Amino acid sequence: MQARYSFGGDEHLFVEVSEEMSLEAFFTSLSMANGIRDAAIEGVTEICPANASLQIKFNPDVISPDNILKQVRAIERAAGKHEPVITTRIIEIPVFYGDPWTHETLMRFRERHQDPSSTDLEYGAKVNNYDSVAAFVEAHSGSPWFVSMVGFVAGLPFMYQMVERQRQIEVPKYLRPRTDTPRLTVGHGGCFGCIYSVRGAGGYQMFGITPMPIYDPTQTTSYLQDFMVFFRPGDIVKFKPIDRAGYDAAVAAVDAGTFSPPIKEVRFDLREFQKDIAGYNRKLEDILYGN
Amino acid sequence: MAIKVLHQGLSTTIQDLGRPGYFHLGIPLGGAMDRLAMRAANLLVGNAEGAAGLEAVFIGPQLEFTADALVAVTGADMPIKLDDEPREGWTSFRVKAGQVLSFDFLKAGARIYIAVSGGVDVPLALGSRSTYAIGALGGFEGRPLQVGDVLPVGQGTGAAEGRTVSEALRRRAGSPAELRALPGLYWHRITEESGRNFFADEWKVANEADRMGYRFRGGRKLEFVPRQQPFGAGSDPSNIVDSCYPYGSIQVPGGTEPIILHRDAVSGGGYFMVGTVVSADMDLIGQMQPNTPTRFIKVDMDQALKARADRARLIDAIRAVLD
Repeated sequence: MQARYSFGGDEHLFVEVSEEMSLEAFFTSLSMANGIRDAAIEGVTEICPANASLQIKFNPDVISPDNILKQVRAIERAAGKHEPVITTRIIEIPVFYGDPWTHETLMRFRERHQDPSSTDLEYGAKVNNYDSVAAFVEAHSGSPWFVSMVGFVAGLPFMYQMVERQRQIEVPKYLRPRTDTPRLTVGHGGCFGCIYSVRGAGGYQMFGITPMPIYDPTQTTSYLQDFMVFFRPGDIVKFKPIDRAGYDAAVAAVDAGTFSPPIKEVRFDLREFQKDIAGYNRKLEDILYGN
Repeated sequence: MAIKVLHQGLSTTIQDLGRPGYFHLGIPLGGAMDRLAMRAANLLVGNAEGAAGLEAVFIGPQLEFTADALVAVTGADMPIKLDDEPREGWTSFRVKAGQVLSFDFLKAGARIYIAVSGGVDVPLALGSRSTYAIGALGGFEGRPLQVGDVLPVGQGTGAAEGRTVSEALRRRAGSPAELRALPGLYWHRITEESGRNFFADEWKVANEADRMGYRFRGGRKLEFVPRQQPFGAGSDPSNIVDSCYPYGSIQVPGGTEPIILHRDAVSGGGYFMVGTVVSADMDLIGQMQPNTPTRFIKVDMDQALKARADRARLIDAIRAVLD
C-alpha cells in the first residue's frame, strides 16, 4: 500500500492511505498519526487520523511544505515496518434499538428516505438480507466495532464493523439529509456506524439510541470529568441491546453520576484477528466481561 | 466591569483567535472568521491580539456598558452609534458607564468585531473563549448571545482613544470577490474540462453561509472521471471514504454546489474536495454576503506562500502603527 499525498492549501498535508476502507488502511493511518505525534515535529499543530487517511495541519512559517512532506514520507516508511498491534480499550455501549425518539424523528423525515413505507431498522434488515429486525439487531450487536475516526462534530465516533467484508452491514444514507437527529442516536451510513454526539442534522439511518452521553462540554457526567470527549480512534465498541426499562435505569444512573460503562484494556493484533475473526472476537468479549 | 446585552443582533458570539489542537476529536478551530479584523480591534484598545471580543453578523447588537471602557469596532462597514452619536470604525473610542453602543444597517461586508479594553472575560474552554455553538462549548454558556446576558470584562491597559487603522491597512474582497485556491486533495476525481470550468465560472455566495461553511451556486456542474466506487465510499461519484476536511477545503456534494469550510468546520465526512482556499484569503470569506459574485483563482504552493507572506506583512504594519 503506497499512500497518496496532497496539500490542502498552505497549511494542511493530506495523506490517503487507501481509496477503499479496510482495517489495514485504518491501522496504517493510526500508526502514521502516532508516529507523527511521537516525532514531535516543530510546526505541526493538528494530527487527525481518519478511516483510511490522515491529515496534518502545519504552520508553513515554521516548517516548509517540502520539509513536512519529506518527514511524513519517512514516517510512512517506518510505519510499514511496525507490527500491526495496538493496546486499546474495549467498551460496552448499551443500545435501545427501535426506541421511540429516533422512531418519531424518522417518521418526520420519511419523504427523504429510500423506502418511506418501512422504518430505518426494517430497511437496514431488508437491504442486508436479514429475515427480521431481530436478526438484524443480533448482527449489529453480535460483533465488535473499531472506532476508525472521531469527528464530523465534537466527539462523534465513526465505527467499522469487525467482521468479514461480505458480512458487513451496508446501507445508503438518506436521499436528503435530515435537519434533525436525536442526541445519542446510533446510526449507520455506507459501511460505517456512528453515534451522534449532539443533536443536529444527519444523513445516516437511525437504528436506536444509547443512554450513555459521549460528549459533555460541562464535564459533569461522571466518566467525562477528565475530558469532555469519550471516544479515541482505535477504541473497540461492543453494543449491548437493552429495552425501555434498561434504558430508563441507565439514564437515571447517568443523572445520579453512578453510570460507568464496562471498559477493559486489550491488546489487539490485526494478524491474529484476520486468521480467525469470530474466535478473536470471542476472546475480546471474554476480556470485556472477565470470563 | 460588564457589558449588558440589550439586543443580540442576528447572531452575535464571543470569539478570539480560536482553539487549535482538538480537530482530531471533531472540535473545530473556531475563533473569528476575519482574524485580521479581530486582531486589529484588539490592538486598537490595547488588548493582546488573542483577547476575546464579539463577532456579529449582518445586524449589530445593542450593548450597555456598566463602567467606562475603550472600544473599537472593525470588520464590516456598519455605522456605529454611541447613545445616537456616530463613531468611526477601525478607531478606538471612549465609552462611559451607562452608555449604549448600537449599529445602523450594514453597508458592506458581513461581520463586525467589537473589542473592549480588557477583553470579554468568560472562562477558557480548551484554551479558548471562542463560541462553538454546535458543541455548546466556550463563549457565553456555549451559545450566541441573548437579551439579558451580562458579559464580564477584564482589566484594560489604559490605551489611548482615537487611534486608527487606515484604509490602506484593511482588506476587502473586490467584486467579483477573488478567492485563491490550491487544487488538490481529490482534484483528480473531476474531468479536465470540469477543472477548467471550476476556475472559469462565476459563482455566487448562497444563503447557506455561516461559521461552519460558505456554499456557492451558479457555476457549471462538475463531471466526474468514471470509476468503480471504492468499498465504504458510498454510491454517489462525489462520495469518498469519509476523510478529514481541511479548514478552507472546497467540497462539492453531487458536483453541483461548492462549500468552503470555515472556522466551525465539520472535521470530516464523505464528500470529495477539489482543493483548498489559501490561508491568506480565509478572512475575506468572513466578509462576504449572500449573492456576492465570486471567482476562484488557481494558484500553486509558491503563490499561496507569497499570499501568506503579504498578509503577514499587512498585520505587521497594523502592529507597527498601534504598538
